[in-house]
Amino acid sequence: MEILVLLKQVPSTEALIEVADDGVSIKTEGLRFVINPYDELAVEEALRIREAQGGTVTIVSVGPAKAAEAIRTGLAMGADKGILVNPGDLNCDGLAVAKILAAAIKPLSYDLIIAGHRAVDDDNFQTATAVAELLGIANVSMVIKQELLDGKIRCQCTVEGGTKTVDAPLPALIAAQRGLNKPRFTSMSGIMKAKKKPLETKSLADVGIDIDGLQPLVQVKALRLPEERSGGRIIEGDSVQAKVSELARLLREEAKVI
Amino acid sequence: MTQNILVVAEQAEGTFRKVTFEALSAGLRLAGQMGGEVQAVVMGNDIEAAASELGRYGAEKIWLADDGALSDFTTEAYTDALAQVVTHSQPAVVLMGATTQGKDLAARLSARLNAALGSDVMGLHVDNGQVLATRPMYGGKILADVALVGSPVIVSLRPNTQVITEKQGTGALEKVTVTVSGTGVQVVDKQFESGKVELTEAASVVTGGWGMGGSDYSVVEALAETLGAAVGASRSAVDEGWRSAADQVGQTGKTVSPNLYVACGVSGAIQHLAGMSSSKVIVAINKDPEAPIIAKADYAIVGDLFEVVPALTEEIRKIKG
Repeated sequence: MEILVLLKQVPSTEALIEVADDGVSIKTEGLRFVINPYDELAVEEALRIREAQGGTVTIVSVGPAKAAEAIRTGLAMGADKGILVNPGDLNCDGLAVAKILAAAIKPLSYDLIIAGHRAVDDDNFQTATAVAELLGIANVSMVIKQELLDGKIRCQCTVEGGTKTVDAPLPALIAAQRGLNKPRFTSMSGIMKAKKKPLETKSLADVGIDIDGLQPLVQVKALRLPEERSGGRIIEGDSVQAKVSELARLLREEAKVI
Repeated sequence: MTQNILVVAEQAEGTFRKVTFEALSAGLRLAGQMGGEVQAVVMGNDIEAAASELGRYGAEKIWLADDGALSDFTTEAYTDALAQVVTHSQPAVVLMGATTQGKDLAARLSARLNAALGSDVMGLHVDNGQVLATRPMYGGKILADVALVGSPVIVSLRPNTQVITEKQGTGALEKVTVTVSGTGVQVVDKQFESGKVELTEAASVVTGGWGMGGSDYSVVEALAETLGAAVGASRSAVDEGWRSAADQVGQTGKTVSPNLYVACGVSGAIQHLAGMSSSKVIVAINKDPEAPIIAKADYAIVGDLFEVVPALTEEIRKIKG
């Protein structure tokens, strides 16, 4: 089975994010970058499928040269090869990234594409699904379990208040949600092997995409921090009972939420 | 092209989701600024009876895409139908709830129409004919003001962020014939936990964190039941296997904006705060007065959650009678 994994490098979720001086980007100095946590689930799931039935796992990413680190981590987990498309100075929105990914994928042969259901930096919930649309294949989002059947993939997905199970014909794109698996750690031998695995860097011209069609439709005008909450009011009292009585009173009379 | 706002209505077991009314209300405010009207589209099978309700929230026209192939939501089939309704009705803005299906539908539609998508939007207005949206990034650590360029533009609205206003519209029903080809995705099963309050839509949320010490969430569940709240969990609680990933609040889980958020034994790691700091009122119950959640809370009680939470439940039960 030929499996492609869509992967993005993002700042770690533990990171404190600050707005850069230009007001439209974030400060990247000193930030720790990782594989987008949902994409890590995608890599893991692809490896499990390959281990069960053979095949190849190829990581495809759009990002700056630095994003190669995240692909290497995926290779160290066990993926076979990587492709990084570097859009250079172009400022891409989620749809533009999807267009680049789709252009990079078109010449490849694949049975299944696995992605994270969102990237935890832009939080667009867009790219994976848009790639499926641009490739004209089925997509299934929020997948927490999958099973390959004859010519199709059966996925259990989270929806509001429960789960649903759907069958999608292959080739399909599935987007991982937390609960799908627990990603493995990289081993020292995995890291050593990863250094020798093929990682190809391509330009927009290499994937045959014209920059004119990639101008961002979503234009960031300003980034700002949410308003600081003025919290920290600790309710005092002689006993637990006194404290909860006061809290309940405040919630009813002052905050008016109960 | 018109200056109209097309609101995509979403049903759950025969009734419209609250976010549909929120989207209509946001649409009304936007239509006022743009000089257009609010229209709605309902997709599904046998939907005509329910659809007229949308007129109460300002919909002047209600497009009905009624087709057997739309009885279950699948992203492709609904994209097929919605793209045709958009082509037919020529709205300037397509609005929907940022629900599981809304987010996926919006994404596929954006690629189909080559249209701007503002995802999980919390605020929306028009300036000089330009649609401007405020949306969270980095799990809510950052707010972005973005311009959505072109026409139509697509917006998914975060639940619980828009005030609902009732305003009678004409509500004229108009059937539109759509051709649904899809890509062959079939829904084979659905499992719903009956009576479960959905985290992202809940007016109140009670979350248990590391301080729960195990999978017994009964004290948290009892408080949630008394409040009519949804139960959430921190990442560490999910990592330990105490709660399912669907209950997780935070940057790698769900972002919630309830009226009342009660954090029990949650330290308040930065990725958790990102997912809940837009809540209107935050209560923290934690034995550590130095826990970061305390500084974010409107009201905090320092103490053992296994004593405080049951006592609070009892107190609220008394108030509610």
